[in-house]
Amino acid sequence: MDMKTSGRKLGLKEKYAHMTRGLGWETTYQPMDKVFPYDKMEGIKIHDWEKWEDPFRLTMDAYWKYQSEKERKLYAIIDAFAQNNGHLNVTDARYINALKLFITGVSPLEYMAHRGFAHTGRQLRGVGPRVACQMQAIDEIRHVQTQIHTISNYNKFYNGMHDFRHMHDRVWYLSVPKSFFDDAISAGPFEFMVAIGFSFEYVLTNLLFVPFMSGAAFNGDMGTVTFGFSAQSDEARHMTLGLEVIKFLLEQDPDNLPIVQKWIDKWTWRGVRMLTLVAMMMDYMLPKRVMSWREAWDIYFEQNAGALFKDLARYGITMPKCVETAIKEKDHISHQAWATFYQYGAAAAFHTWMPTPEEMDWLSSKYPDSFDRYYRPRFEYWREQEAAGNRFYNKTLPMLCQTCQIPMLFTEPDDPTKIAYRETTYKGEKYHFCSDHCQHIFEDESEKYMQSWLPVHQIYQGNCFPEGVDPTAPDFDPLAAVLQWYHIQFGADNLSFEGSEDQKNFEQWRGMATQNV
Amino acid sequence: MQIDLRTVAIRPKRQTFSHIARRQGQDKAASRYQEATLDLQPTANFHYRPYWAPQFEIFDSRRTQIVMKDWYSFKDPRQFYYGTYTMARARQQDAAESAFEFVEDRGLIALLPESCREQALQVLLPLRHLEWGGNMNNTYICAYGYGTAITQAAMFHAMDRLGIAQYLTRIGLTLSGPEALDTAKTAWLEQAEWQELRRYVEDTFVLDDWFELLIAQNAVLDGLLYPLVYEAFDDAINLQGGTAISMLTQFMRDWKTETNKWLDATLKTAAAESPDNAAQLAQWVAHWQQRAQVALAPVAQLALPETGAAVLEEIAQEFSARMQKLGVRAAQTEGVAA
Repeated sequence: MDMKTSGRKLGLKEKYAHMTRGLGWETTYQPMDKVFPYDKMEGIKIHDWEKWEDPFRLTMDAYWKYQSEKERKLYAIIDAFAQNNGHLNVTDARYINALKLFITGVSPLEYMAHRGFAHTGRQLRGVGPRVACQMQAIDEIRHVQTQIHTISNYNKFYNGMHDFRHMHDRVWYLSVPKSFFDDAISAGPFEFMVAIGFSFEYVLTNLLFVPFMSGAAFNGDMGTVTFGFSAQSDEARHMTLGLEVIKFLLEQDPDNLPIVQKWIDKWTWRGVRMLTLVAMMMDYMLPKRVMSWREAWDIYFEQNAGALFKDLARYGITMPKCVETAIKEKDHISHQAWATFYQYGAAAAFHTWMPTPEEMDWLSSKYPDSFDRYYRPRFEYWREQEAAGNRFYNKTLPMLCQTCQIPMLFTEPDDPTKIAYRETTYKGEKYHFCSDHCQHIFEDESEKYMQSWLPVHQIYQGNCFPEGVDPTAPDFDPLAAVLQWYHIQFGADNLSFEGSEDQKNFEQWRGMATQNV
Repeated sequence: MQIDLRTVAIRPKRQTFSHIARRQGQDKAASRYQEATLDLQPTANFHYRPYWAPQFEIFDSRRTQIVMKDWYSFKDPRQFYYGTYTMARARQQDAAESAFEFVEDRGLIALLPESCREQALQVLLPLRHLEWGGNMNNTYICAYGYGTAITQAAMFHAMDRLGIAQYLTRIGLTLSGPEALDTAKTAWLEQAEWQELRRYVEDTFVLDDWFELLIAQNAVLDGLLYPLVYEAFDDAINLQGGTAISMLTQFMRDWKTETNKWLDATLKTAAAESPDNAAQLAQWVAHWQQRAQVALAPVAQLALPETGAAVLEEIAQEFSARMQKLGVRAAQTEGVAA
C-alpha cells in the first residue's frame, strides 16, 4: 500500500506492522490461554512474539492483485491446452502415469496443507506468524485447485485419475503420503510448522514438487509446467516462512533446541521415506529423464541441505542422523520401489513397465555401483517373461512398516541383498518396521503410531470390500473385491502399460493429430 | 459472419472426475467450481487422532450441532474457488485504490469538516480490531469446519476481513496518522463505549462449535454492525460533507452485499435440512442477537448521537425478518405431520 500520512512518514516495516500485528490485542474478558489453547502444549517456550520477523510483507490488496494476475495467465494456458489437445504433445503416454501419481498422491496433500495452515493460522498467539500461516493456507488451496483444473483435461482422456480423492483415502501406496500429512496435522501446532513449513517446504521441496514440474517441462506437458511456474513465487514465500519458524523457535529459548532437533530428525526421515515414490518416478516413469534420483539427492540434499544445516549449526542444530542411512540407500530405493510396483501392478491405479534396453543402459550409467549388480538381472528376466506372455503379478500382500507404511522393500543399509526388518513389542502387540529410524519414531510416540490405518491389515480384517459382498462365498475373489472398493477399474486403471487402453488411445489420437490416415 | 476454425476433435472418455459424476451423472461436464470443491476434504480412514483434540478425527462432522446428510449441499452462489475469488477481489481493490488515490490527490481530507473527520476516526478505527476478530473466527471455521464447500468460503472470508482491517488502518493513516491508530486501540481496550463489543468478540474466540461461531460472527454481529456503520453512519457522514470518507469505505459496502449472498444461502440450506437444525440456528441467533444489540448500543450512540438507538432497533428488526425469511426459526408445533 502506498500511504500518505499527515504526520511523520512510516517505513515499510512499520507500515506493515500497523497492517498486521497492530491489529491484535491482549484479551481480558477471556484469558489468552483459553483463546489460544494449543500453543503451549508441546513444551515450546516463547517469551516475545514481537521478535517474530515477518518473512514477507504482503498486504491483502497487493496479494489479491498479484495472485489474480497469476491466475489469469495460468487459466489462459489451461484453456489453450484443452482447446489444442495439449496432452498429445507429451513425449509418450507412459509420462501420464507420473501425473496419475501426482494427482492421487500429492494434490490431496496440498489440501491438507491448506487446512493445516488454517489451524496454525488460528492457533499461534503471535499475529505476525498467524498472518503468514493464513497466507500459506489460502495459497495451498490455490495449489490443489489449479492442479485439479490442469489435470482435469488429462482425466477426460486417460485412466487412473478419475477418482483421485476416493483413492487417496484408501489405496495401499497412497496411505504413505496420506499418513505423512495426517501425522503432521495431528501433531501440535509448532511440530506442524517444523514438519511442513520447514522440513517439507524448505528442506525437501526441491526433491518433491520440483521433480514433478521439471518432469513436466522435459516431457512436453505445458499445462503442468505452467502450473509449476505459477506456483514458484508462492513456494518461495512458503520457504521463507519455514526458515523463519526455525530461527524464531531457536532464538526464543535454549530449551526449544532439543524439541526442535527431535522434530527435524523425525520429519527428515518421514520425508525421505515418502520421497521413495518420487525417486521411482524420476528414474522410471519419465520417458525423458530430468536427472537421476541420485543426482537430485546429491545436489538438493547433500549439497544444499548440507549448507543449510551448517548455517543452522550456530543454533546448535545438527544434521539428522538418519541422513547417513539415506545416503547409503540413494543407489537403491528407486529400483526397489519400481520393482515392487511392477509386481503389484494389478493393484495400482497407474501402469507399470520394465525399462527398455536403452533405459537400462541409462540406469547403469547413473547407478554404476548398484544397477547392473542388483537390479538389471531381475528386470531383464521380468522383461523376457513379459515378452513371452508370462507377465508376473504378485498376489501376496506385503508386510507394511508401521510408521512410514511402505511395504518392507528396503534392504539393510550395508547389505543390498538382505531385506531390512525391525520389530518391537508394545502393549503385547508386535509392530514391524522398515528401518531403525521408523522404529525409533514409533517408540517415541507409540500411542500415536499404533493407530495407523495400515492398508494390508485392513484388507485382512475385511474392512476393504464393497458393502454387501460375502467374503465366505465360494467364488469370492478378495483382491478383485479390494480393487472394487478402491474404485480401480480392472484392465483400465491398472496392469501393464503394454497393451493398455491409454497406450492404444494415445497412439491413435496422436496419429489423428499428426497425419491424415 | 462466422469463421469456422477447425481443430482435431477427439471424443473424451469421460466428462469429469468420478466423485462428481456420482453426484450428477456421467454425461455432464462439471464446472471449475465443482471440480475445485466437491468432496475435496478427506472424510475416511484418518490415521491418527489429533493430539490437540483426541476426542475428534482430524476432520469430524461432530464438531458442530448442525447435522447434514451431505455437507456439499452448501453451495456458494458466487461460485468462488481460489481463481474466481482473487479475480473478483482484484477488481474491487482496484476500485478502492482509485478511491484512495482520488481522495489523496485532490486533498479532500483537508476539506473535511473537522467534526466529521474526528467522528470517523472515533467510530471506524477501533473496528480494525473487530475485523481482526472476524479474521480469527473465520480462520477457525476453515480449520475445523466440515466440507470444502463451507471451509473454503470461510478461508476467503477470513482473508477479506484482514483486507478490511487493513483498509481501515489505511483510512486512519490517511485521515490522521499512526497516532490515531494507537488512540483507537486504547479506545478498543479501555473506552466504555467499546467494552461490551470487545467482550462479545472475545467470547466468540472461545466458542467450540464452528457453526455457532458462523452465526455469532458472520450472521449476527456483522449483520447488525455493517448496516449500522457502513450504511447509517455513512449516510450521516455524507450529510455532514464527509463524502470523501464514504468513498474510502465503498469496499466494505460492496463486500457485505456480495458476502450476504453466500451467508444467506448457507443459513437457508442448513435450516431447510431439518427442523432440528432450524431450531438450533434460531436459538443461536436469539442468544447472540440479544447480546449483539447490547454490545452495539453504545457504538450506535457514538456514531449517531441523536438517532442511534432507534436506528439500531430498526436494523435489528430488519435482521430478524431476514432470518425468518431464511427459515431460521423454531418449528411450529401444530405444523408437525404425524
